[in-house]
Amino acid sequence: MSLNVDWQRSDYSRVPYWLYHDADVYAREQDLIFRGPTWSYLCLEAEMPEPGDFRTTWVGDTPVLVNRDRDGAVHAMVNRCAHRGAAVCRHARGNTKVHTCIYHRWSYDLSGDLIGIPFQRGIRGEGGMDDDFDKTQHGLRRLRVACYKGIVFGTFSDATEPIEDYLGPMMCGHISRLMFKPLRVLGYQRQTIHGNWKLYLENLRDTYHASLLHEFLVTFGLDRATQKGGVEMDARHRHNLTYAHAGSDSDADAKEAYGGHQLNSDKLTLRDPRLLEFRQEYEDDRNLAISTMFPNASFQQLNNSLATRQIQSKGIDAFDLIWTYFGYADDDQDMTDHRLRQLNLFGPGGLVSMEDAEAIEIAHRASRHEGPSAATVIEVGGKGEISDRAYRVNDVPIRGFWSYYAELMDIEPEGAVR
Amino acid sequence: MISVEHRLAIDDLFADYGAYLDGDRLEDWVELFVEDCVYKILPRENVSLDLPVSLILCENKNMLRDRTVSLRQANEYSVHTDKHLISNVRIKGPAAAGGYAVEANYAMYQADNEGNGSLYSFGTYVDEVVFAGDGPKFRAKTVIVDNWSIPHMLSTPI
Repeated sequence: MSLNVDWQRSDYSRVPYWLYHDADVYAREQDLIFRGPTWSYLCLEAEMPEPGDFRTTWVGDTPVLVNRDRDGAVHAMVNRCAHRGAAVCRHARGNTKVHTCIYHRWSYDLSGDLIGIPFQRGIRGEGGMDDDFDKTQHGLRRLRVACYKGIVFGTFSDATEPIEDYLGPMMCGHISRLMFKPLRVLGYQRQTIHGNWKLYLENLRDTYHASLLHEFLVTFGLDRATQKGGVEMDARHRHNLTYAHAGSDSDADAKEAYGGHQLNSDKLTLRDPRLLEFRQEYEDDRNLAISTMFPNASFQQLNNSLATRQIQSKGIDAFDLIWTYFGYADDDQDMTDHRLRQLNLFGPGGLVSMEDAEAIEIAHRASRHEGPSAATVIEVGGKGEISDRAYRVNDVPIRGFWSYYAELMDIEPEGAVR
Repeated sequence: MISVEHRLAIDDLFADYGAYLDGDRLEDWVELFVEDCVYKILPRENVSLDLPVSLILCENKNMLRDRTVSLRQANEYSVHTDKHLISNVRIKGPAAAGGYAVEANYAMYQADNEGNGSLYSFGTYVDEVVFAGDGPKFRAKTVIVDNWSIPHMLSTPI
């Protein structure tokens, strides 16, 4: 299968709409991206501290089972019985010594090896399987696993580089900052957004939209384009970090910059301003640091709201977004309450995040059924070179996303910018 | 023994609750709560796991007012119409701090701007109702969402 993409330009400042809506593209993404030479976020180690603890998840369309073996090692395997293809584990999480498929009770140990087949030798010498059936050849398909700073990553490819190389110094730095001490998981939020998964990966790389779409941010001074901040990427421009420093602008700066755009900060105040309180926890004074890892995760701090986000593609037209919130194991009750209060900012009903779902759904709906040349425009922060920016009004990392996407999908334009 | 008057008044409170939300009367909806109230929406998943993360958490009436002001002036969300069906109201007798512990089931349908609709949310209300001078109000309302993977987004309250 070859895809003929009219990129129009080599710097990904135009992306044809049909790439968000095409079944062949989607199938190829599953093979070359989600099951290709990339590391995907699977879960947090804090979710499975004990031997036998397991979680089920998805990498793209592939069901994945992650568990901790008796020796403490974390394994991940495709959650699909080698016999008839049924999901072996049907629970989101739990603890077990063995995974047994309910269909015909084939069972697997915590490393994914097939250890039991009922009636393999038949009954009274009748039925069962031939003697040459080799159980060792029918374990669950394993993923390579890497645990970095308490995050569990998996990859299907033997060619994927080591996790620290894949993340690069920028992402390693961000994750190390966020995971600087032991975590405590506080709970989950999930939502189903009816748009193509790539629209969300782009949204996370688009600093330009943040304070325009999410009016709450500007109105209440939580995050404004006038703050000191910017975007950083890894060397290959596949991951990104957007950051801003607390208190680095004034209402007057913002008013001048936003001009006609509604800035209601003098008219509107919160009756309970604890929602916006920022307690500095790290050496730097960044109140916003949200990174995005290619292809399926984001790691966020906004004030004291900490979370991972996982993206699970569900066909061309939808994806599930799973938010896992955490604090630190040594948080006192007051700090935990503070984090739980700031949860109001994020998730499907978050005061600064609810709009993303709507933006993605209206973009998805309105861009269907377009010809090969109708394309989105991505040139805020300039065209050409893809590089870090020490200012906030830009969407350059979206072009970074597409440049790596095109490389993996083998659809780079002539003279492609990387 | 719960008086018939209180039973009927609690029934009316639930009817107003649904009607105000469905009628986009958010400011009236806020007035169904006492000042020192708690309103939260919890995914059933977290309730099962005994984890505290909510979808919305308002720890007092001011936070309800803030949420309403934000929805009116600082948020953009899907154009929609809601319909709450609230039933199986169980008045479980006096709550620990006075008032009544009340549970009810709800189903909430949502229609979009082109008239297409679906079942958006269903679950249980776990509430505490107190009788103030001017009738019953919610001192606590916990919405436990059974279909906790929220379709689209969560803007107006459930």
